[in-house]
Amino acid sequence: MPKTATKPVRIVVAKVGLDGHDRGVKVVARALRDAGYEVIYTGLRQTPEMVVDAALQEDAQVIGLSIHSGAHMTLFPAVVDELKRRKATDIVVFGGGIIPDDDIAALRKKGVAAIFTPGTPLQEIVDWLRKRFPES
Amino acid sequence: MAGFTGAPGTGKSTLVDAVIALLRKQGSSVAVLATDPNSPFTGGAIMGDRIRMQRHALDGKVYIRSMGARGHLGGLSLATREAIRLLGGFGFDQVILETVGVGQSELEVAAVADTTVVVLTPNLGDSVQMIKAGILEIADVFVVNKADIDGYARVVAELRTMMNMAPKREWRPPIIPTIASRGEGVDKLWDAVLGHRKHLATSGKAQELVERRLRDETAEVAAELARERARRALEDDPALAERLLNDGTPYRTAEEILDRKG
Amino acid sequence: MKVRARDAKELWQEEFEKAPVRDDGIETSTISGIPLKPLYTGDDLPRREEELPGQFPYTRGIHPSGYRGRLWTMRQFSGFATAEETNRRYKYLLANGQTGLSVAFDMPTLMGQDSDAPTSRGEVGHCGVAIDSLADMETLFEGIPLGDITTSMTINSPAAILLCMYIAVAEKQGVPASKLGGTLQNDILKEFIAQKEFIFPPAPSMRLVVDSIEYCAAEVPKWNTISISGYHIREAGSTAVQELAFTLADGMAYVDACLERGMHIDDFASRLSFFFDAHIDFFEEIAKFRAARRIWARWMRERYGAQQERSWKLRFHTQTAGVSLTAQQPELNIARTAIEAMAAVLGGTQSLHTNAMDEVLALPTDKAARIALRTQQLLAYETGAANTIDPLGGSYFVEALTDEMERQAEAYFKRIDEIGGVIPAIEAGFFQKEIADAAFRYQNEVEQKRRIMVGVNEFTVDEEEPLEILRMDPGLESQQAERVREVRRRRDQAQATNALNRLRKAAAGNDNLMPYILDAVRAYATEGEIMQAMIEVFGTYTETAVV
Repeated sequence: MPKTATKPVRIVVAKVGLDGHDRGVKVVARALRDAGYEVIYTGLRQTPEMVVDAALQEDAQVIGLSIHSGAHMTLFPAVVDELKRRKATDIVVFGGGIIPDDDIAALRKKGVAAIFTPGTPLQEIVDWLRKRFPES
Repeated sequence: MAGFTGAPGTGKSTLVDAVIALLRKQGSSVAVLATDPNSPFTGGAIMGDRIRMQRHALDGKVYIRSMGARGHLGGLSLATREAIRLLGGFGFDQVILETVGVGQSELEVAAVADTTVVVLTPNLGDSVQMIKAGILEIADVFVVNKADIDGYARVVAELRTMMNMAPKREWRPPIIPTIASRGEGVDKLWDAVLGHRKHLATSGKAQELVERRLRDETAEVAAELARERARRALEDDPALAERLLNDGTPYRTAEEILDRKG
Repeated sequence: MKVRARDAKELWQEEFEKAPVRDDGIETSTISGIPLKPLYTGDDLPRREEELPGQFPYTRGIHPSGYRGRLWTMRQFSGFATAEETNRRYKYLLANGQTGLSVAFDMPTLMGQDSDAPTSRGEVGHCGVAIDSLADMETLFEGIPLGDITTSMTINSPAAILLCMYIAVAEKQGVPASKLGGTLQNDILKEFIAQKEFIFPPAPSMRLVVDSIEYCAAEVPKWNTISISGYHIREAGSTAVQELAFTLADGMAYVDACLERGMHIDDFASRLSFFFDAHIDFFEEIAKFRAARRIWARWMRERYGAQQERSWKLRFHTQTAGVSLTAQQPELNIARTAIEAMAAVLGGTQSLHTNAMDEVLALPTDKAARIALRTQQLLAYETGAANTIDPLGGSYFVEALTDEMERQAEAYFKRIDEIGGVIPAIEAGFFQKEIADAAFRYQNEVEQKRRIMVGVNEFTVDEEEPLEILRMDPGLESQQAERVREVRRRRDQAQATNALNRLRKAAAGNDNLMPYILDAVRAYATEGEIMQAMIEVFGTYTETAVV
């Protein structure tokens, strides 16, 4: 049945920082599309400012970041801070990549809603989003 | 409002990016609506048009919005029309619509845009057979991008031949060569767009278009409302649904639904 | 009564069909999707003249003596934060039996940026060593005689700059460039396709690669100018067949570019080298390596008309597959790496890097790095794998699979040709789409348990034991930023500025840029400054993303 009446949840998905490993983010983008979300893929080498600006222009409810370079402790908080600065703290931030467990706890404390590490089934990410946004 | 359409691989996004740069140099603010098809099965979409317009990220006078062509296979949605109206209302100097040319989207762009720009390239495999039916009628400007590639002259020649054979229009669409990746030809492209706008204004076509569009859109909205009403009616009224099954055809039931109040 | 061979096979077929079959739903095709028969027999052996090692087309190896003549080079990729620490790790590895150095650079260096650039914030020293100028390079190789070892440098867009730095360090050690041996990755095409560490657009990027190949042919003749890579393509999600086909296609694109420059094929072809992945689907990998040698030899001799044998011989480095490693029960990675390394050895690799078990999580600890190196030594000295050349030659299965991979690779070459070549195919998003589709397909297979990752979608444990991982000192970033600022302060400004100006001018013309880059490097211009000078002329590249 074509879904025209319901408004899909919009998710900005991006790679922040210099690293270019986009296999994971692309696979996740496809899975999210297949689950009915509108995914705005802003590509590589995004700065925190660019990602937040895009999320605002696109009226996105969620931002998903993928970081494999080890710079996650700088870049995730920078996105959260930029959302604060732009008064958009209702936008949910999640992410994935090469992120050790202790860092995950620290990032959650800084306002990142969830981190999905290598090996996480795609369905888990979708289930988490569905719980977060039940009407989608 | 200028609508850009073209098959994937024609460099359309790069072209729009170059147009934005040109308009910014001229001091205009720009809003871009980029549409991508939603999956008809899941309703989801992946929209990557912003990437091509990266260099304008963080420019406060450039607004880019990706929209799914919800419910229309490869075409535009009512939401897009509404968005165009709003963007004009917000005071952007220029509004650009960009769609990927699949299905009937070219026709849908033409129904909504003041000036329709159709983007082609020389090496689309076969020659101008790639140009679909209806393009000649709706294009106000032709752009042959990647004009430095082998085959450029042939595409232009074939386009001209086809235009000569087609019924005459008041406005003869110019054919503009561009090399979008180098920003070449973009100024001439925009001149052509402005030229067309002037033609619309002086010929009275502009007003005609506004009326026609509003009427089209009203019909679309009515159709959408009717569609919703029909679905709801069939869900909520089991007797109706049963009569439909007995009939085996939709016509009587449909008329009945439309005749009902509310 | 003796049963005729034909009858015996039919008998086996009957018995097989009667026997129960595992119904766990797991795929019996290779990761590339090549369907596998339950049994291969003499009938599956391709009919051809017997192939021998050291003889065209080199399916069984490029040297007549294989590993009996010389073992593969054990070359462990490494780099950490600062040049000092990395220098220490190199000396540790050399002392423990590593036979060649391999340099991993940090993201800012890979992307041509200095450690104090705003976009380097948070990125310095995380995945390799930060090299901002010749000063850092001198520290990196302090006490290591460049004339006595070979070094591989994994860097692409700024590769020419790093090579010039290496040459300049050697100069200071009194070692002439003509004595230097090593490899530069320098494979920009796969950046556009897979790893995405491109800076300049394709045309000037190719120019720089050809400049470096041309320069080395004359001045650094023992240097492997390029490591045409399939590893990154594979890690991005491609199948083995795609890895094989896309890598060799890239190789041919480089050959074409050099010929267009006016070089003669035999002047540069022997210094082109390759870099493949060794993934976990054991036999497919071995077949892949054998097919690669055969295909390349044929193309070089028959299509390009290379006359010299050394131009026909494909030499390659292998790294075990990073994407096969799991964060769950990471000790299993030791086993995976050993199996993958064995495939590389049975495939005849010239040099090998084995991953450490903790590399899914961080840069390796000393212990994990040592285990990885010991794994190679175990293979070389305990298993007997090195005692016979191409031991799987003649295997019904492996020979049939080698042929099949060759066939499928050739089919890809045709498709790429139809699009107009590698660069048009890149711009059309052809490779990127194939790779994204394969990655998605594989992920779905894993999610549906049609392919198993032990510890991840099967045989999991509830409580994972935390693994001790390496942590970077966060203070190192500001230290390195200060260091590069210091270099800028203390150098001869006029010399640096002049060199950069001359480089900029040359970039706008047609000269080979290597001598200009070398001058800038000697003047302690920073990597970021040199890149910026070229960006001003070449511009930068934004990809059209194919999801």
